[in-house]
Amino acid sequence: MELVLALVIGVLFGTGTFLMLRRNLIRVVLGLGLLSHGANLMLMAGAGVPRGRAPILGAGAGAVVDPLPQALVLTAIVIGFGVTAFLLVLAYRHIATFGDVDVLGTPMDPAPARVQARAAADGERTVAGRAASRPAGAPGGGGDFR
Amino acid sequence: MSSPLVFLPVLLPLLGGIVLWLARRSLGVGRWGSLALAAVTLGVEVALLGLVRARGVQVMFAGGWVPPFGITLVVDLTSAIMLVVSGIVGLCVLGHAVQTLDPDRERHGFYALYQFLFMGINGAFVTGDIFNLFVFFEVMLIASYALVSLGSEPGQLRGGVHYLVTNLVSSTLFVAAVGTLYGLAGTLNLADLAVKVARAPDPAVFTIPAAVFIVVFGVKSALFPLYFWLPASYPAAPLPVTAVFAGMLTKVGVYAVLRVFSLVFTHDPGYLHAALLVVAGFTMLLGVLGAVGYDNWKRILSVHIVSQVGYMIMGIGFLSVAGLAAAIFFIVHQILVKTALFLIAGLAERATGAYDLGEMGGLAGRYPVMASLFMVAGLSLAGVPPLSGFFGKFLLIRAGLAQGEVAVVAVAIVVSFFTLYSMMKIWRYAFWGEEKPAGLRPVPAALYLPAAALVAFSVVLGLGGEALLVLSQQAAAQLLDGTAYVMAVLGAR
Amino acid sequence: MTSLILRTVARVSLHLTLLFSVFLLVSGHNAPGGGFIAGLVAAAALVLQALAFGVEHARRMVPVDETALAALGLLLAAGTGVAALVLGQPFLTSGLLHLDLPFWPEVKISSAFFFDLGVYLVVVGMVLQVIFGLREA
Repeated sequence: MELVLALVIGVLFGTGTFLMLRRNLIRVVLGLGLLSHGANLMLMAGAGVPRGRAPILGAGAGAVVDPLPQALVLTAIVIGFGVTAFLLVLAYRHIATFGDVDVLGTPMDPAPARVQARAAADGERTVAGRAASRPAGAPGGGGDFR
Repeated sequence: MSSPLVFLPVLLPLLGGIVLWLARRSLGVGRWGSLALAAVTLGVEVALLGLVRARGVQVMFAGGWVPPFGITLVVDLTSAIMLVVSGIVGLCVLGHAVQTLDPDRERHGFYALYQFLFMGINGAFVTGDIFNLFVFFEVMLIASYALVSLGSEPGQLRGGVHYLVTNLVSSTLFVAAVGTLYGLAGTLNLADLAVKVARAPDPAVFTIPAAVFIVVFGVKSALFPLYFWLPASYPAAPLPVTAVFAGMLTKVGVYAVLRVFSLVFTHDPGYLHAALLVVAGFTMLLGVLGAVGYDNWKRILSVHIVSQVGYMIMGIGFLSVAGLAAAIFFIVHQILVKTALFLIAGLAERATGAYDLGEMGGLAGRYPVMASLFMVAGLSLAGVPPLSGFFGKFLLIRAGLAQGEVAVVAVAIVVSFFTLYSMMKIWRYAFWGEEKPAGLRPVPAALYLPAAALVAFSVVLGLGGEALLVLSQQAAAQLLDGTAYVMAVLGAR
Repeated sequence: MTSLILRTVARVSLHLTLLFSVFLLVSGHNAPGGGFIAGLVAAAALVLQALAFGVEHARRMVPVDETALAALGLLLAAGTGVAALVLGQPFLTSGLLHLDLPFWPEVKISSAFFFDLGVYLVVVGMVLQVIFGLREA
């Protein structure tokens, strides 16, 4: 069981790292997801593969499972969930602003001409950045959720 | 000593942040409410420092669970000092933010996010177990992700993505290291870990998670070679955000190194702490060299953060009372002065409308107060006596020479000259020379207050550094010995 | 996506899923369940509505501001911890209340329930915020 877990963790870290090295932001997000799954599994495996019954008082005799790693992993999953959601929103805004998902453009670069043109066209929208203030059908208006 | 006061630096920003979030449409509530909250938090933190000095290490066991089970919060002298400094920075930067932020950002929850940021920072300072260190790191980072991208300007988006992805990878490694450590020791409580690592029959295995922790905290505190995300993301954010990030965020990473590598992983200093020294030397040198090429006030200062973090890590790498005390002194000095320099950059931006040195000039004649504030803060950063930076660096160098670490000390001295060069460059282009008359705007007197307060602290710490020095020596002794910490947490058994 | 099958399933399953989420919430004290999972189930029900009938429809179904929902939940969860602090116990100490209601003897309400309720609201509020936010971004 430990061997299987170790292999799975290795595969998750490997594929996660591979995806993170792409220029496509969506792939980077997916890679991060795989990496964090690998790390969570590693926490479970590091604490020992669970063998025994649930640690509830009066629910029977015998060896019980250590509940702490599960609590830790749950916390880590929740945090990862929140951060991934935020990252997806950021990626969405990235696409809406730059029109692509390329992460390689560094912040030191001046914004490409089309971005500047769009920012000028959008006027005061830069801070609020809400679709509400944007005319329907404008570029970067975002696809329909469905 | 169990005290409910221990949790207040975390609880107050949490509750206040929620209220500020609900009332985010009202600018009055946001501004005055958050200022009042920051002031109260600072008051609590000062009281806590007094309590720790008088009665020793303070602890709180959440839910009444006796350690090593449950969540433990511990405040020793180091934590208390860090809390007070974070309170000062929180209040001063907020004082700048309420006057300069655009109302749109304010209405999108800046003040609530700011409080959540400080909840995470303070939580990292008070937590007594390594998993909650991760949790509070994440609270801090999530708030900072939102603050960095609040406003969604193109530069911010790019910087935000870099910042987010890099820190997420390090968080993933954090979880992996925690898992390894739990598998080896069976506990994550720092005090319990200290005992277990010290008594382990084969302590060498703990070098593995310890090395991963160096990488993790290295990303968070922008150490060589993992600092590349910092110059990319910090300057993109609005100035108050950059100022508080520059002051506090990397220092939380440094604090984590300080805590973990003086309390828990002291079993193999020949490898771990020697590695820290090497990393520190490169961080100092490359950070300061990176700043030489820039002509933008905000960028120069941002890259300098990296260099200064190197000094702190150097002090920790010495692993002696003198080294740790110097590191603590230097961290306090650095947080205050670095934040002050950013706020002064904000003053100059208010006057000229730019951060580019090429668009400034002759500010000294028109804004003498701003010039003198920058002069004091810049010289303090470079380490000119009798300001706090001099004593910080002097203590570090003396601690290093006492242990014969000549190489890294030599790097530290050379780096100081380059730091002075960068400060002179800002001075030369921004304050001297031809006045660029195009649209110089008046700077309201109230905007000077936060920066002036921080600079005053630097002067006080220089002229009257004795008090802080004694305090940081006590804190360092407490850190290195560990008995008081462990007794306070595990003594109940 | 808006097929007849999906819309029918969404309409039928909405109340069942919400009811199930409440069941998970209250049974979570000493059985599998709890505020987080219950919140996810409730949010999933609403997300299904958004998929089937559009986000605007789902938004109309939640009469309050979803960010306020999350904030109130956080306040409730933190409040149970503070209540223990006010009563002189360490933060987050759990308390148990025994009630004898008519027709319902021996009700036990633990303060952990209110913590869970807070978590429930936070999760529902946050998931909805992400879904609605992505729609608007």
